[in-house]
Amino acid sequence: MVSEQASPRSRHFASAGIWVLAALIVGYALVFGGYIATIVAFALIYGVFVSGLNIFMGLTAQVSFGQSAFAAIGGYTSAVLTTTYEWAPLPGMLAGIVFALLFALVIGFPTLRLKGHYLAMATLAIGLITYEIAVEWESVTQGYMGISGIPPLGIGPFEAISDRQILATLSVIVVIVAFAVTRIRKSRLGRAFAAVAGSEEAAGALGINVARYKLTSFLLAAGLASIAGSLFVHVVGYVSPEVFGMHMVVLAFTMVYIGGLGTVAGPVIGALIVSLLPELFRGMRDSQDLAYGITLILILIYAPKGLAGLAQSFDARRGK
Amino acid sequence: MNAILEVKNATRRFGGLVAVDDVSFTVPSKGVTAVIGPNGAGKTTLFNIIAGTFPPSEGAILLGGADVTALKPEAKAARGLVRTFQLVKLFQDLTAIENVKVGFHLKTRGGLFAALVQPAWARNAEKDVEDGAAALLDLVGLSKVAFSPAAVLPYGQQRLLEIARALAARPQILLLDEPAAGLNAEESERLAKTIRRIAADGTAVLLIEHDMKLVMDIADEVVVLDYGRKIAQGSPDAVKKDPAVIAAYLG
Repeated sequence: MVSEQASPRSRHFASAGIWVLAALIVGYALVFGGYIATIVAFALIYGVFVSGLNIFMGLTAQVSFGQSAFAAIGGYTSAVLTTTYEWAPLPGMLAGIVFALLFALVIGFPTLRLKGHYLAMATLAIGLITYEIAVEWESVTQGYMGISGIPPLGIGPFEAISDRQILATLSVIVVIVAFAVTRIRKSRLGRAFAAVAGSEEAAGALGINVARYKLTSFLLAAGLASIAGSLFVHVVGYVSPEVFGMHMVVLAFTMVYIGGLGTVAGPVIGALIVSLLPELFRGMRDSQDLAYGITLILILIYAPKGLAGLAQSFDARRGK
Repeated sequence: MNAILEVKNATRRFGGLVAVDDVSFTVPSKGVTAVIGPNGAGKTTLFNIIAGTFPPSEGAILLGGADVTALKPEAKAARGLVRTFQLVKLFQDLTAIENVKVGFHLKTRGGLFAALVQPAWARNAEKDVEDGAAALLDLVGLSKVAFSPAAVLPYGQQRLLEIARALAARPQILLLDEPAAGLNAEESERLAKTIRRIAADGTAVLLIEHDMKLVMDIADEVVVLDYGRKIAQGSPDAVKKDPAVIAAYLG
């Protein structure tokens, strides 16, 4: 967590600027639609996923390489329930959350006793195992073939079918998630997370049950990952194991660091920027990947706390 | 006077080494009690046994009459025993006031629901925490740096901040692990005043200390350890004249 030097009443122009930038990107996609709208829609889904990861990694300072597992559980639960069993999307998504939380609870009890590299390895294994299950459990997941014909997002008679409807729906969800993270950060719960992040020994000495708050943080991250997985399959209409592979984890890590670990806006702006950068360099053909890589490295050199972290330090300096 | 803490025949062995050897004493529910002793006397081991970092090999720790020997630090904190650390352990990235607000954890309620919905009781509790944290910073003289990150504070202020944070949990007994270590004379003075004030407000204080001057200034009762054994106990003046203590300190 990054804290301001000035009193909390000082203004936050630069941090607000991050949100304005995010709104402009989404607004642009809403107005012009087409390919860019698809990119931004996926970015917003990642915004939800990375916000969850940020609760665990940013607010609580734990590592998980296995969050894709919970996205897979949410995604597959939604896919199976809304196709084979013809459930509506919302109950399907809720069922996905329940499964993801149960899985996180069972996994979390033994795993969260581990620290640092060991926790990272264990969670990585969970992601890989879930991927294998998605491949092998053909009677439910249809293996590599995947599940198609998943209905679009919708509640009752309202369905999000067009690019703009999808974007609007996802934007609302991202705003709700960001609002929730803001409130968590400033609450007793958020302070307990920050205490675990700062010093487990000191947290324990103040009566904070470290294991319990790690698990709570893990569950929140898993729940948001599950929602992201469900959103993904409804927006694309199709799911296969590749969707929730290692690629998802690497991308999410890039997003959270580029955006700013431990900040509220970081995961959202990180998801948008990291998703859009490749499009920006599309015209450069052969050197496209190189330009993308260099840009990411430059951001991390000049904004080691991410874009939202950079904005916060601007505000802190002005506030002095 | 009632005893808040009782250490009964505490012994701790590390392999063949007996770090704490059959130590017994009680801490009254008011006033300042100090454990002193030369380097390697077993002070820190004794402190860790009391705080719950590890249990004693033999013996018992009673808190308010109840056996808490095997409880973990967080469980002991919940029963009113809160410690500070010899090497200050603050939440570095949080501001001073945020550090103290974390200290109110035990005295407040609320999880995810309270965070997201913010019902009236949770908002009121949050207001109380805010006011209480400001008052504690005032008590230790850190109001001016309330919004500075803990990491940038000078060492003396970090120690005072850690004490303020511990007080937020409203302990019945506050354990201070070498609170004067690394402080200059002026900071030490300020610390002594703060500890007296805490004791005067009705919190029992048990401190482990190397700095004789601080102990003699503020302690009501002194327990002296040497080679893991208790060699003396009494008022600062009595202990100062004790031949066994003089021998231990002058070698």
